[in-house]
Amino acid sequence: MTAQGGPPALSVSGVTKRFGGFVALDCVSLEVAEGSITGLIGPNGAGKSTLFAIIAGFLPPDGGTIRLRGEDVTAESPWRLHARGLARTFQIPRLFSRMTVLENLMVAAPNQSGEQLPAPWLARRQIQREEEALRARALHVLERLNLARHAEAPASALSGGQKKLVELGRALMSEASVILLDEPAAGVNRTLLREIAEIIAALNREEGITFLVIEHDLDLVADLCTRVWCLAEGRVIAGGTMSEVRADPQVAEAYLGMTFDLN
Amino acid sequence: MEQALLYAATLGTLACIYAVLTLGLNLQWGLTGLMNFGGLGFVAVGAYTAALLTAQPSATHVGGFGVPWWLAWPAAGLAAALLAFPVGAIALRLRADYLAIATIGIAEIVRLVARNEDWLTGGPLGVTAIPRPFESLGTPMGQVAFLLLVGAVLAALFAAAQAATNSPFGRALRAVRDDEEAAKAAGKNPARLRLHAFLLGAAFMGLGGAMMTAFFKFIGPDALEPVTVTFLVWVMLIAGGSGNNWGAVAGAFAVWAVWAATDWLAAQLPGEAATRAAYVRLFLIGLALQVILLARPKGLIGERVGSPQR
Repeated sequence: MTAQGGPPALSVSGVTKRFGGFVALDCVSLEVAEGSITGLIGPNGAGKSTLFAIIAGFLPPDGGTIRLRGEDVTAESPWRLHARGLARTFQIPRLFSRMTVLENLMVAAPNQSGEQLPAPWLARRQIQREEEALRARALHVLERLNLARHAEAPASALSGGQKKLVELGRALMSEASVILLDEPAAGVNRTLLREIAEIIAALNREEGITFLVIEHDLDLVADLCTRVWCLAEGRVIAGGTMSEVRADPQVAEAYLGMTFDLN
Repeated sequence: MEQALLYAATLGTLACIYAVLTLGLNLQWGLTGLMNFGGLGFVAVGAYTAALLTAQPSATHVGGFGVPWWLAWPAAGLAAALLAFPVGAIALRLRADYLAIATIGIAEIVRLVARNEDWLTGGPLGVTAIPRPFESLGTPMGQVAFLLLVGAVLAALFAAAQAATNSPFGRALRAVRDDEEAAKAAGKNPARLRLHAFLLGAAFMGLGGAMMTAFFKFIGPDALEPVTVTFLVWVMLIAGGSGNNWGAVAGAFAVWAVWAATDWLAAQLPGEAATRAAYVRLFLIGLALQVILLARPKGLIGERVGSPQR
């Protein structure tokens, strides 16, 4: 699934979003190459999560277009985008708290015939077959995320870092080919952070999943991402490899006053 | 002996009918988180539909059409779902509390229509002489046979509710209930799922209304009150265990037992005290709910996370 002249996995052009008089996104354009892990960085309030919400269909843009593999999907509903292979995670994990970890994953699978009435009454055999396959797949994903032993635990019983992993697991269950990750490493300890980074890299390598990742840990971004976009005050101020972006004076200025050293 | 059997059949029949209503509310609130405070409206539409279909022709209202119960009852469920469709299609796209307001309004409109549209519903006189299945068997065997019929309907609806709850459909409903944004991210269309749960629950309530009219052999605008339909069913679901079909049925039976017992106790009081006791009953039901929720916050048989609720 490498980009050999095909359209980019995701392309955002001229996207604008206003909240009242506040311009959250001002004519944002960027591309995510097929099969890449692309980073999206920028100081707090830059509009990164707003851009994610717009790409994934959770917010309508005031202008501009979103293309998924060249097809216009601007303001398409989240569930249709999900069916077309685009999934997202949330910055603060949003799990189904009164369901088990396993159910949290199973529910996110696409094309479940048992979700349509009257199938639960008329097609019980078929549903049972589908459920068994789905269960096996969800358990496989949980093993990959090191969560298999928590499969039957209520989602509300997990730690913050584990909840992040369940968010990722839910995105994987969608069979998406493009996944938007909103701060997968925020609030996660160093060990788990390495694990998450390795899982993302492996999924990209082995299954060709394209990732767009919002992340504040710039070392992690440098490790993972082949290309990085920097957003500040609703505008794209830089794009390129991590070292190019780090060298950009505008990026340094946007981050000015933050405690870590960019170089 | 005969009197006791008749009394037991009466209590049992009403307990089963209430259990059907509570199962309907559980599909809406327990499983999907829909605040339907207008149960009365859907019960009433089902009740009038069944009444007008099954009654013999009369000059005081539309019909009746003398249709057999086994056709009229499903039609009553369908009519209630038809009423739910426009309400749900509009209100379910809005924030959760709008549905609560909209359903209260719909219930009042249904009551006003029933009272004032004489040509349709017979107005304050209502629809009388509604046939009850098996009444030809006489007293009390007719009542016992009717109890068995209502019990069979409850069993069938319970099985249907269980199948829906434990299916991927039920799982998607719970996802929408727990976190709508996350449900969208998991590929679910919350408006569609909510509407389906709302229609399904309304159909249960309509069918419950149909059985009620057959039991009382009468339906009028004052036969159904918000307190004895909407309010009591909410108490039953919360006390029994919202989110669990077993809990819904257990709550309906338990609260109905308390309700019936206080009715009997009140009747033992002299004169004016008996009238006042009617209001004390409401207080007692509220008190019972408090005690249950303090002792068992999730209700008698609460929702269990994980294992299918069998």
